[in-house]
Parts: sequence; structure tokens; C-alpha cells
Amino acid sequence: MAEEVKLFKTWSSRFGLRAVWALKLKGIEYEAIDEDLANKSPQLLQYNPVHKKVPVLVHNGKPIAESLVIVEYIDETWKQNPILPQDPYERATARFWAKFGDEKVLPSIWGVFTQEGKAQEELLGQAMENLKLLEEQLEGKVFFGGEKIGLADIALGWLANLICVLEEVSGLELITQEKFPLLFGWMQNFAAIPMIKESFPPHDKMITKYIALGEKYCPPVKGCIEELCEYQTP
Amino acid sequence: MATSNNVKILGSFASPFVMRARIAANLKSVGYEFLEEKFGQKSQLLLQSNPVYKKIPVLIHGDKPVCESLIIVQYIDEAWSSGPSIMPSDPYDRATARFWATYVDDKWFPSLSGIARAQGEEAKAALIQQVRDGIALLEEAFPKCSKGKAFFGGDEIGYLDIAFGCFLGWLKACEMMNGIKLIDDATTPHLAKWAEKFCSHCAVKDVMPSTDKLLEFAKVLAAKFKAAQS
Repeated sequence: MAEEVKLFKTWSSRFGLRAVWALKLKGIEYEAIDEDLANKSPQLLQYNPVHKKVPVLVHNGKPIAESLVIVEYIDETWKQNPILPQDPYERATARFWAKFGDEKVLPSIWGVFTQEGKAQEELLGQAMENLKLLEEQLEGKVFFGGEKIGLADIALGWLANLICVLEEVSGLELITQEKFPLLFGWMQNFAAIPMIKESFPPHDKMITKYIALGEKYCPPVKGCIEELCEYQTP
Repeated sequence: MATSNNVKILGSFASPFVMRARIAANLKSVGYEFLEEKFGQKSQLLLQSNPVYKKIPVLIHGDKPVCESLIIVQYIDEAWSSGPSIMPSDPYDRATARFWATYVDDKWFPSLSGIARAQGEEAKAALIQQVRDGIALLEEAFPKCSKGKAFFGGDEIGYLDIAFGCFLGWLKACEMMNGIKLIDDATTPHLAKWAEKFCSHCAVKDVMPSTDKLLEFAKVLAAKFKAAQS
């Protein structure tokens, strides 16, 4: 039977990109369906009734939801170009940093760009701590996965695309070569991989989107943030 | 059980997350030394082996620490590959088990743990309803996952049984503290049968604390929470 692979996502979804990267890594042909979240399709609601969210992978009619669950499913279904290593301890490590990215890095960075005052100060402190931990993980490595990208790279890959957008919109510099040389290098190496680069949503469209979001959340004052950044330098 | 393999589990008797690691180790007949953390204090070993989160459980295999309960369960399954499989063998069944385990952790458990700290009856009732809604989803998912067998994992306890079943002690304590029924024969027949089988399973019964002990511990937690509030 011919494989039928569909991916429900949005044009900008960082979680959808994880599934895209996993499929591209494995060389799997798929149909991409970009949803309008203000007007969700009946298929999406049918395939992910619990969360009603993207991404959803549908493989031969069977839906899988939750981006990291999807990535592991892709890795286990198509064996070429493994995303997770063989060794159980290395697998546990990859899963740990992927989860850390979602639980700690993402909320703290998002908070820095959307909060104000004391809340923002606290989140900036947390963001710097979290980025420092990622920096340490890259010691002696090109990617979190080693020589090649792995689960943690795919999970954290949104940094390579979204950080520059958030920084441009807010005027705030969070990940610089000076403060986080390894992480900065990783972002560049990751973004330079052709299949990654070609999958990034259009930069100007992202800027427009995040300017609009920034207006909604009240962007921070530039000077104040630079001062905070100095104070928090690891 | 012989404490061979040089395996330690750092935890607390009351933590459902710690229970996950212990159940998985028991299923695989992996001997381990259980190092109980003192409530309100974090040992040097914990801080050293989990510097990122500073939380239990931590599994230490030789000199390698593994953190985060579901990651520990998968590690145990993969590191001790002989013996029964904890994860299903089919990739789609694995994805389904992982999906529901993620749901339990990200959506369902926060509602359950929020009940005891809810401010006011309305807030409490809302959280209780959220817990019920989650249980209803898992009740519906049970036949699809179990395919007519006793557990989510089939004939034997698996990943999702561990991920959800570890909360049964606290669920019972919550029922008693609030005078409600969350899992029962009338509304959740599949889960009611499953809960009984799970709690009496040899890999579970010695690590599932009694409801009395949990109720006692709940009072200690409540006092600590109240002190932190004032």
C-alpha cells in the first residue's frame, strides 16, 4: 500500500516545524495542510479532538498529536537517518533536553519578550540561566545530537528561527556571540542546513506577525532591557 | 530483591512520580536501593545528580543520573531489554501511550493537584470537573489501548498504566477529602476494574502508599502551603 502522510500545521508553527524537519530528515513525502487557527478545519478537530491543536500527523489515516510524540513516531516508523541514538543513556539525555526546552527555555524567553517590569526581570534571569545550561551542553559538540542533528536539536530548533525575529521586533539582544558563543554558533549551523533553511517561514511575514503580537503584549523599553542584560550576564 | 546492578532511586514514598520509576524497576526485576529524601530538605546527592530541576525522582545507574519520571521509565525499559517490554511494540501504539501520558502530566495532573490548594468552593468545583473530564477521556481511551485486555498496555502493565496509575493513591485520598467519587463502577467501569488490578499488581502494591498515610501526608503539605501563604 502506498504511504499516505499528511501534516496539519500552520505556516509559522514552531511545533509544526519539528514534524517537518523529522519528515525531511527521513526523506518522507507528505502533504502539508496549513490551518487557519481562527477557523479550524473539521479534519483537524476530528484528528485531534482532545487538544484541537496543530501539529497533527496522519499516517495512513491514523492521527498522531503532540510534536515530540510525532517526532519519535517518525523516528520509529522510518529507520533511516536516526533521530535518537541507540544508547539508552544518550536517548534519555536527548529526551531530557528536548523537554527542558519546552518546559523552561520557551516560557522564559517568551516571557522576556511579552512581560514588563518585575515579572520580566525575573524571567530574564531565568532565561539567562536556561540558556547557560544549553551552552554547557554544546561543549565539544557541533549539535546537541553530536555530529548530526538529533531530537534535542529538532526540539530546540525554534531558537534558530524565532530568536532573531523577537530580537528584531523588540530591539532586545538575548543570544549574542559574546554571551553564548556555542549556542550562537549552533543556531547558525542549524539554520544553515539546507532542509532546515528552506522550511523556515518567510522572515518578513514573521516580523509582521510579531510586531502585531508585540503591540498586543506591550513591548519592553529598549534601554531598560539592555541594562538588565548587562546585570544578568553569566 | 538483591540490590545488584548498582541502581539507586532517589525519592519519597508519597510522590507518584517516584512511584513510576519504582514500578518500572520492579516490572523489570531490577534491584535498586531506595534513598528516601527527607521532606522539606534536598540531599547533596539529589542536588548533584539533578542540578537542573533539583527534583525527585532521580535514577542513578552506576554513576549516571537519569531525571524526569517518564524519561526514567523509558530508560529502564531500554537499558534492561530482557524481561517484559514496558513500551508497546507497535510505533502507533507507542505514540498513543506517549500522547496520553503527556496529557496526564500536562493537563490532568495540574487539575488534580490544584484541588487541595483551590481558593473557594467554586474554584475547587471547577478543578474537580476538569479532573472528571480527563478521567472520562481515559475511560474512553481504555478499550482502544487495552484491546480487550486488563491493562492499557495489554496483558501486562505498560507505560500508560504506570503514567496514570501512579496517581491512584492520591486520587483515592482526594475522593475521601472531598467526599466525592472520581473512579467508580457506575461512571467509569473500565477504569474501576483497571484500578483494582493495577493497585494489587505485584510490581505496584509495595510502592503504592496507603490512603491513610497519604491523608496524613496531605495534612503536612497543607500546613506547609498555609505557612507559605502567610
